[in-house]
Amino acid sequence: MRRLLLSLALLAAATTQAPAEEVVAGLSQNRVSITANFDGSEIMIFGAVKRTAPPPDAGPLEVVVKITGPLTPVVVRRKERVLGVWANTAAVEVDAAPSFYAVATTGPLREILSDTEDLRHRISIERMIRSVGAPMDITDSQAFSEAIVRIRADKGLYRTYEGAVELTEETLFRTAIGLPANLVEGDYTARIFLIRDRGVVDMRSVSIEVSKVGLERWIYDLAHQRPLAYGMLSLVIAIAAGWIASAVFGRFRT
Amino acid sequence: MQIYLPIAEVSVNAFLLLGLGGLVGILSGMFGVGGGFLMTPLLFFIGIPPAVAVATEANQIVASSFSGVLAHLRRKTVDLKMGSVLLVGGLVGAAAGVQLFAMLKAMGQVELLVKLCYVAFLGIIGTLMFTESLRAITRSRKPGAKPTRRQHSWVHKLPLKMKFRTSGLYISAIPPVLVGASVGVLAAIMGVGGGFIMVPAMIYLLGMPTKVVVGTSLFQIIFVTAFTTLMHATTNYTVDMALAVLLLVGGVIGAQIGTRIGVKMKAEQLRILLALLVLAVCLKLGLDLLLRPDELYSLGNGGH
Repeated sequence: MRRLLLSLALLAAATTQAPAEEVVAGLSQNRVSITANFDGSEIMIFGAVKRTAPPPDAGPLEVVVKITGPLTPVVVRRKERVLGVWANTAAVEVDAAPSFYAVATTGPLREILSDTEDLRHRISIERMIRSVGAPMDITDSQAFSEAIVRIRADKGLYRTYEGAVELTEETLFRTAIGLPANLVEGDYTARIFLIRDRGVVDMRSVSIEVSKVGLERWIYDLAHQRPLAYGMLSLVIAIAAGWIASAVFGRFRT
Repeated sequence: MQIYLPIAEVSVNAFLLLGLGGLVGILSGMFGVGGGFLMTPLLFFIGIPPAVAVATEANQIVASSFSGVLAHLRRKTVDLKMGSVLLVGGLVGAAAGVQLFAMLKAMGQVELLVKLCYVAFLGIIGTLMFTESLRAITRSRKPGAKPTRRQHSWVHKLPLKMKFRTSGLYISAIPPVLVGASVGVLAAIMGVGGGFIMVPAMIYLLGMPTKVVVGTSLFQIIFVTAFTTLMHATTNYTVDMALAVLLLVGGVIGAQIGTRIGVKMKAEQLRILLALLVLAVCLKLGLDLLLRPDELYSLGNGGH
């Protein structure tokens, strides 16, 4: 019993003790509003390393900044030639993939971060895509996850900025991450990692709220909450537009 | 000027949408087709998700058809009775089509089916119209030759005969209902009004005079696409009002211009142009199916 208490006390001491280096970070904006003329945005992430002692005698400090969008399931389909035409044949349902992913680093991610730490903190995009059960007849499920990364990177939804984090005297850092115009709503997260000797020293997480506002919000809510009224309104607009155009042109002619 | 579409969740250039709407509107007014068979693939191409493109296009066709039909009503070139018979079939077909669309979407085959439908229908109709119009043009150049009389085919032997005064026809109601129904199915799955199928079917199958075909087709299309819009809005939430407004502003203006161009042209010339357009779209879509695509994988929404 006494041994258990002792170990609990030790554990408590270990957790309350602050790490030698802590990250303090801020964002240029904590919420992104999608308005009718939204054309992408840029978020500045900056901060400093707080130390209670002089910098440890270890490898150089590296900083990784990651922004991710909401995780959603995705169905990936592959085309094959069937009777001369290209048709979807195989499909794999990936349990979770981020709708948006961007990472900015002080150096090449593979070199500054070890695989085990990547696995633990799920930093690289490959670690973020979770695929559990591919159907039995599909042996190359890896190719399907790779397809998500490739297609979304093409659309500007997955971005890598290697070496884009500016670090000054191992204390101050800053970077900018661009958000594309085809952003979806949801709770986004910015994570800042301090890394030494390929291991994570400290991590901070800040949430970013991305939401539609104004007319965008109103249309979206109406379409989902009162679909019949929304459909009717769409028709009324269509008929009115058709009638106005006809009336205006009819007057021109006479 | 970029605009973020609330339902499609993409940002596109507003002037591009207005221009596309206007261009397709002109064709719609000239030929009496909704223009959906051109607009829907164009919307895919500029990055609108297919489900949103199909549903929103239905909404836009309501506007351009309404604008067009008013012009035709003034000239009394709408057969309201025939239009209503076609409509009965159309509504049944559209209801079935929306269900079929949802089913195929879940299976991941909707894109293939839509494209195969396009290629088959456009190919057959384009070829038929092209050869027929060529024959009509050569006939009109030889003033001595008489036009061949229409043969009495199986269409005229069916029961439930009705009199369609505006069209000058006395035929069974079954073929128009069937034509309406098949067009209704296509309207729902392809996001088209179906005018490009209905117009030739009315001329060649039902034997209606070309003069009333365009107006009557537009009349029926308004109701079928309005119904499809409501079905998509309530079952799939895929009608994008902002996208529709931009397309239809361009579209209704284009339709008015197109109607005026159409009046000035000869029926044979009009038909041969439409035939060429239909064949061009068919060829493009056919090649897409046959050639190896650059990206073999595609993404869809999971978790249904």
